[in-house]
Amino acid sequence: MEEYLKIEREKEWRVELRTKLKNKERTTIERVQMPGLDPIERIQYQDREVNLGLDEASAITEASRCMDCVNPTCIEGCPVSINIPKFIKNIERGEMHEAAKTLKETSALPAVCGRVCPQEKQCEAQCFYTLKLKKEPVAIGYLERFAADFEQNSGSISVPETAEKNNIKVAAIGSGPASLSFAGDMAKLGYDVTVFEALHEVGGVLKYGIPEFRLPNRVVDVELASLEKMGVKFERNFIVGRTASFDDLKEEGFHAFFVASGAGLPRFMNIPGENFNGILSSNEYLTRVNLMNAAKSEFDTPVLRGKNIAVIGGGNTAMDSVRTAKRLGAERAMIVYRRSREEMPARVEEVLHAEEEGIEFLNLNNPIEYFADENGRVNRMRLQKMELGEPDASGRRRPVVVEGSEYDIPVDVVVVAIGVSPNPLVPSELPELKVSRWGTIEVDPETMQSSIPDLFAGGDIVRGGATVILAMGDGRKAAAGMHQYLQTKQNNLVSEPSAIKNAD
Amino acid sequence: MYQIVQKEQFSEKVVKLVVHAPRIARSRKPGHFIILRIDEQGERIPLTIAQADKGAGTISLVVQKVGISSTRLCEMNPGDQILDLVGPLGKATHIHKVGTVLACGGGVGIAPLLPIVEGFKKAGNRVVTVLAARSKDLIILEKEIRQWSDEVIIMTDDGSYGNKGLVTTGAEQVIQREQVDECIAIGPAVMMKFTALLTQKYNIPTQASLNAIMVDGTGMCGACRASVGGETKFTCIDGPEFNAHQIDFDELILRLGGYKNEEKEAWERVIG
Repeated sequence: MEEYLKIEREKEWRVELRTKLKNKERTTIERVQMPGLDPIERIQYQDREVNLGLDEASAITEASRCMDCVNPTCIEGCPVSINIPKFIKNIERGEMHEAAKTLKETSALPAVCGRVCPQEKQCEAQCFYTLKLKKEPVAIGYLERFAADFEQNSGSISVPETAEKNNIKVAAIGSGPASLSFAGDMAKLGYDVTVFEALHEVGGVLKYGIPEFRLPNRVVDVELASLEKMGVKFERNFIVGRTASFDDLKEEGFHAFFVASGAGLPRFMNIPGENFNGILSSNEYLTRVNLMNAAKSEFDTPVLRGKNIAVIGGGNTAMDSVRTAKRLGAERAMIVYRRSREEMPARVEEVLHAEEEGIEFLNLNNPIEYFADENGRVNRMRLQKMELGEPDASGRRRPVVVEGSEYDIPVDVVVVAIGVSPNPLVPSELPELKVSRWGTIEVDPETMQSSIPDLFAGGDIVRGGATVILAMGDGRKAAAGMHQYLQTKQNNLVSEPSAIKNAD
Repeated sequence: MYQIVQKEQFSEKVVKLVVHAPRIARSRKPGHFIILRIDEQGERIPLTIAQADKGAGTISLVVQKVGISSTRLCEMNPGDQILDLVGPLGKATHIHKVGTVLACGGGVGIAPLLPIVEGFKKAGNRVVTVLAARSKDLIILEKEIRQWSDEVIIMTDDGSYGNKGLVTTGAEQVIQREQVDECIAIGPAVMMKFTALLTQKYNIPTQASLNAIMVDGTGMCGACRASVGGETKFTCIDGPEFNAHQIDFDELILRLGGYKNEEKEAWERVIG
């Protein structure tokens, strides 16, 4: 790996580029700003992307801030190990297609990651500017999006090279970021990959969860098309373990499985009145709007609207929900969060965007009870004020109840976005599979192999609720782990050619 | 795509559709349901599987016109294609030999009851079935139910067929005359509520199958949550069948009306 990075860095064009500008000049350039839609305008539309992306000139300028470090620490911050300096330097010299290709060497979803990754906690947190210069990091995320979009918009989309087909069938269960990343890597290695999806749309959380204003479906579709061109097959409306059993699929020639069925089960707070109508999970709210198009009148699926909409939670899903509520016409769209802004797990950018859009933040507040009208529709919620105490196990200051601080506010819709538990559907079909007491699948952290040798797992079904990019990292690790497992198995059983046979 | 191969009109608002879905026909068990979406505009509709034919690779679904999507589904015909169909979903009915089983079905609830009646009969139980509906034309699948029941009692609200009265009247007659070891009730929430109250009086273990609102049906959205024994359960993955004596039916009834206003507005849009 390091060797490869070195060889790439010593290529003539890179060496030459480094001499073009002195580092001192590079570091005096201000970090680029992401242009965005005006807040007043954008809240009128559910499906207009907020961030508009960099233009070519500002992307090149931003790329020239990168000093092409000898020791590119940024890569260590990337869960899928993108060769960051290589793609950025390609942008600097104007080779945008090369930049996009570089991203695709290790990432199946660059246009997605460029939009939804928490770069400020990953690559950009490890940037030389952040670590040593105490300056704003190179806008790696913006540049990633620029390169991926440039390629998508150019119409000439490169398909990563794949090894000669080995006709070994493997299955990925679920079609979210972990699976797609796994499928991309396995296809590159020559495997015959089928991705099984329970819903009618491929993409998992990228489709049902993240709203159009943050990640347009067409962007996801282009990445899916690339995977299809690499030979990855998609089976929709298919629940492995139910529609067909694991044994059925083994009989049909599948040699190994990657379970990435995600964190389904929404959590609720179990407070009085929580099952009143009008109180729903963020999963339900976002699925109705994003997957079922419920906000558009020509679609049959309904969605609840209201004047006063409260979203409980402080993560990205909470921000997605509350910003959706604003776009669906809420006069008062509120975040109710029991800690303060500092402890919010949401990306800084999402919180900023929400603030610009007029979202109200009731921080240090916690719901304790809901009340409803005679039809059982919620109309009021009781909140309790909180203050911050000592840090807890997560390192964040623990919220403590302020006694006697209860007060009521009117609400028409409440969206609960306080996290999810692993989806039990797949594990429940495999009684011998080792799961933790939280229901997550236990795996070897290096190979992602589970207690069942031909079954690997990754993403939220292992982590219990994480990010797109961590799921993608798991997918890559699982692909490497499964490849090695299948190769070893094949070598051991070389005298028994039926063990891993050619499908044709 | 999933082709409709056969259609039977049970009444003005209720049809039976036989749909080609070979994998599901093979893997489904009594109590399982599917979710379908007729086209891009359609809702995801949960429907319990009434019958399956492994040989022909088909499943039968009984659909009642309720919302826009279910009405559009009822108007589809043999040869038409359903865009998406996934399953089998939910937990299968726990079928075992207990002795005498009292099976109560109300309206379209008779459809999901059918495979359960069949299962209990095949497991060696005596099965007494009470079918109830508002009027004669809403009693469905009677012939099929009779095939797997030792006795069938028909109840109609208006007395147009069988005995006049509610499901509970018929059920109580059976309970008073013979030992009933288990009861299963499927139908409108109100019907299940009163059946549960009745069997609770006699201490008969009872299962009810809930028809909650769902979106994905795979445990993701939580729309189908119900209070059972004071705990919140998800009908799609923990159910659809639960211990009827522990279900909060009043909450269920309120929750079933959760999108009433939105549905009404949608209808008004469609009718213009």
